[in-house]
Amino acid sequence: MKKPAASRIDALPQRSLWRLLGVMLLVIAPHLLRLPPWESAAVLALGVWRVVATRRQWPAPHAAIKAGLTILAFVGVYASFGRVWGQHPGVALLVIMLGLKLTELRARRDVVVTVFLLYFLLLTHFLFSQELWTLFYLLACTIAVTAVLADTHHAGGALPARLALRIGGRLIAQSLPLMLLMFLLCPRIPGPLWTLPDDAGAARSGLSETMSPGDVARLASSDEVAFRVRFEGAIPPAADRYWRGPVLWAFDGRSWSAPPQPFTANPPLQLEGPGYRYETTLEPSRTPWLFALDYADASALPERTRLSSDYELMSWKPVNERLRYVAQSQPRHRAQPDLSDRERRRLLTLPAGYNARARALAQSWQQAGGGDRAIVDRALAMFRDEAFFYTLEPPRLGRDSVDEFLFQTRRGFCEHYASSFVVLMRAAGLPARVVTGYLGAEKNPFGDHYVVRQSDAHAWAEVWIAGFGWTRIDPTATVSPARVEQSLGALGSGTRQAREGLFGALDWQTLRYQARSVYDWIDAQWNGLVLGYGTDLQRDLLDRIGLGNWRDMLLALTGTITATLLLIGGLMMRKRRPAAPTDAALRLWRQATRQLQAQGLPQNRGEGPRDFADRVARERPALAAPVRALARAYLQARYEAVEPTSEALRELRLAVDALKR
Amino acid sequence: MNGAAAHPLLDGLRHPLRALRLRIERWGQRHGRSPQASVTVQRGRIYILPTRFGLGFALMTLVMLLAATNYANSMAFALSFLLAALGLVSMHQTHANLIGLTLSAGASEPVFAGDGARVIVNLGNASSVIRLSVELRWADGGTLAVHDLPPRDTQRYELVCRTGRRGRHPLPMLRLSTEYPLGLFRAWTTMTLRGALLVYPQPAAAGPLPSSDGSGQRLASQAQAGQDDFAGFRDYRPGDSPRLIHWKSLPRTGRPLIKQFESGSSTEVWLSWQQTAEPDAEARLSRLARWVLDAEAAGARYGLRLPGSVLPPAAGAAHRAACLEQLALFDAAAAQGRDRAR
Repeated sequence: MKKPAASRIDALPQRSLWRLLGVMLLVIAPHLLRLPPWESAAVLALGVWRVVATRRQWPAPHAAIKAGLTILAFVGVYASFGRVWGQHPGVALLVIMLGLKLTELRARRDVVVTVFLLYFLLLTHFLFSQELWTLFYLLACTIAVTAVLADTHHAGGALPARLALRIGGRLIAQSLPLMLLMFLLCPRIPGPLWTLPDDAGAARSGLSETMSPGDVARLASSDEVAFRVRFEGAIPPAADRYWRGPVLWAFDGRSWSAPPQPFTANPPLQLEGPGYRYETTLEPSRTPWLFALDYADASALPERTRLSSDYELMSWKPVNERLRYVAQSQPRHRAQPDLSDRERRRLLTLPAGYNARARALAQSWQQAGGGDRAIVDRALAMFRDEAFFYTLEPPRLGRDSVDEFLFQTRRGFCEHYASSFVVLMRAAGLPARVVTGYLGAEKNPFGDHYVVRQSDAHAWAEVWIAGFGWTRIDPTATVSPARVEQSLGALGSGTRQAREGLFGALDWQTLRYQARSVYDWIDAQWNGLVLGYGTDLQRDLLDRIGLGNWRDMLLALTGTITATLLLIGGLMMRKRRPAAPTDAALRLWRQATRQLQAQGLPQNRGEGPRDFADRVARERPALAAPVRALARAYLQARYEAVEPTSEALRELRLAVDALKR
Repeated sequence: MNGAAAHPLLDGLRHPLRALRLRIERWGQRHGRSPQASVTVQRGRIYILPTRFGLGFALMTLVMLLAATNYANSMAFALSFLLAALGLVSMHQTHANLIGLTLSAGASEPVFAGDGARVIVNLGNASSVIRLSVELRWADGGTLAVHDLPPRDTQRYELVCRTGRRGRHPLPMLRLSTEYPLGLFRAWTTMTLRGALLVYPQPAAAGPLPSSDGSGQRLASQAQAGQDDFAGFRDYRPGDSPRLIHWKSLPRTGRPLIKQFESGSSTEVWLSWQQTAEPDAEARLSRLARWVLDAEAAGARYGLRLPGSVLPPAAGAAHRAACLEQLALFDAAAAQGRDRAR
């Protein structure tokens, strides 16, 4: 008794199903690592269930069970993310729906929908990572998914795996040139078209609008690139490579922050001395801060940015995608020579009841007199001469963090120094604030760009000194190099040594550094040319070849695509013409009959070589001898042995040549 | 409103792709070529339309493109463009999958009206590329068979064709189609191969043979015995039963000889149009067809007398075929005119 088709669980031959499951795993694997564990486990369990159900030919699950699982999936995603929209919950839903689709693969339609879902899931990866390797992942996955689609549409059993992969591979290979043309020429509309979910993009580390002890130290171990810089013209000396980020002025005894201030007109800023012009490619940071050398020129700001009252370069909206901007800075300056009383009060505020010892110390300096400069020098001298250590692993600090750092632990990272220095200055009556940002920039030996990494994150202080305005003080720099602890040394000075030894002695450190530089160079090209290829770069590039406006772009796009398709289609049709016979004797015979046909003597259907030769001899007596010889040579070559002998073939070739004369 | 009896316009709205396909096909039929013995599929004769999966794929690509624009994500752009390109390339592959295939029709056996006629169709792939998932079927439907055609090969397929009226009919239109490789597009071509399908009248229900009257003799029960009286040899003619071949003489003569029997006392019967009692011409022909079959089965010698034509009494498969062909090709309208004139 045959089972009715409806109760069968599969629309696919088993072999095709295994392949579908394999490709599914390939496509969702990177997501499985990102999703909540319960969901990854559920999806894997559905896959296992599917395998067993197919093996044992279990009936398809009841519709109520499927509906229940779907509701459970929504509830689960809501429980994990607190909502069901946005980037992360959206991807989570897509993946679990793909898993649930495994419970109903009854018709070919279900399988095709699954394959389309796989294509779409592939896209979601790039919201999380667009590194160079994803290109190869993209190609491998599209070939595999396309092979599955080809397999699905082949009636009558699964295709041999290699044939299916070859079909997929050939399709993708033929699509690549077209993709390249579209990528280059398809006019890009500046996004976003609708509001991006606030969790768009990959999770990233970086500086933020608050700073607690340990925040910057955490960044110090991150090798991630913060931004890349290409200088136009002069390159600033290492001592001037202070990249200004969030300026923090509110202190609660432990953390620094930058509460929003009412907008005020930009304070006066006089820039002097040499200027630097540079193009920065900032990795997405999800914050509005852009980084510029101290101090950015307000008259040459990048588009859609502003300069805050603390001289921060701010984007109008948070940077969620890689951003490229050109800025101009001058390190010699006089910033805000006059400070209003209200401003002064704001910048002298310290929370009451915290850090009593530090305040007492600072007040003693103030009473000693000597002016603002003397107070600053006293503080720096303390860091320099007393036993302060610079370490990546500072001890934990309690309530009076500044007191504990200054008088007990004396081990800290830049934020400890900057924070306590600003507290001391304020206590001594000098307006001061903490500036966070990056210090340094490492030249890539293969490109002409400089790299600033998260490990270059830094915090320093700014003190307002009457007559001079804001003055940058970096207390960390005054700590004696002898007291830089080893843990940091392995990280910092090791690479520094390697940098000096580049192209010199060949050692492990150097090799590692070189490999990292090459990778960084490739990565920078990838970021700049491929990932950064958007509306602006496209216009710049195409302007150079005279395709500046979108009408010309569209014309060029359709023209080149049509030409490429004609070429591909032409090659396809060429391959599908009747193939030349593999038999050498038959090929020569055809060559001869074509020639006779051209002379008005076609070989009729069903007419053998001997009959044909006889007929030609009758109709054209002049050709009788060569044609009879030809037919004899052909029959000999073709039928005397299984494979024509070389002598027989030579005879035949001679006979064909004789006919030509 | 009944779905089955929907207005063509409504049907077109519900199944836009199918309606479009039918329109194109009708156009193709009007501008079709005369039937040929062998047809090679040409580029210009292939139609192609997206399938509903193809439309879904296009929609998906568009959504992905929107997402890529929104996130300004270059890799997402790359994927969307790759899929768009994949659609275009697969369209060309689908189209090319039919190019250069060669079709020719083989002989087909005559059948009785209403039975399925088996038509031999040779489908050849002379190129060096395998053609996967090629469907060959009659344009008006019929059973679906999907075939993979290896390179440099010709496959023989037997297609069953529904028959309606008796007569000699041209072969119906064939449709060759494919959705290879991804099922996003469907390419098809239609063609009519030269060849004829001979359809005999459908035999009427069993009934007695005509009793002897002025022109016919009664059928004797010992009819089979009539074949026993050997009368001599004659040359083989197509349609002769192999049982009648005189095998012993074959090596000597080099050609098959047929043993002939004299049915001296055996029955001889005339099957005549006038004897049939049915009211209309088609029913009469059906009755005659039944008689021919019964007479042949009974081993009688029988002749056929139709208005305007007479086949003298004989027996054997060839005679039976000749009689049935007469019935199949009988011009009923002319006969009726003659009847009235009489």
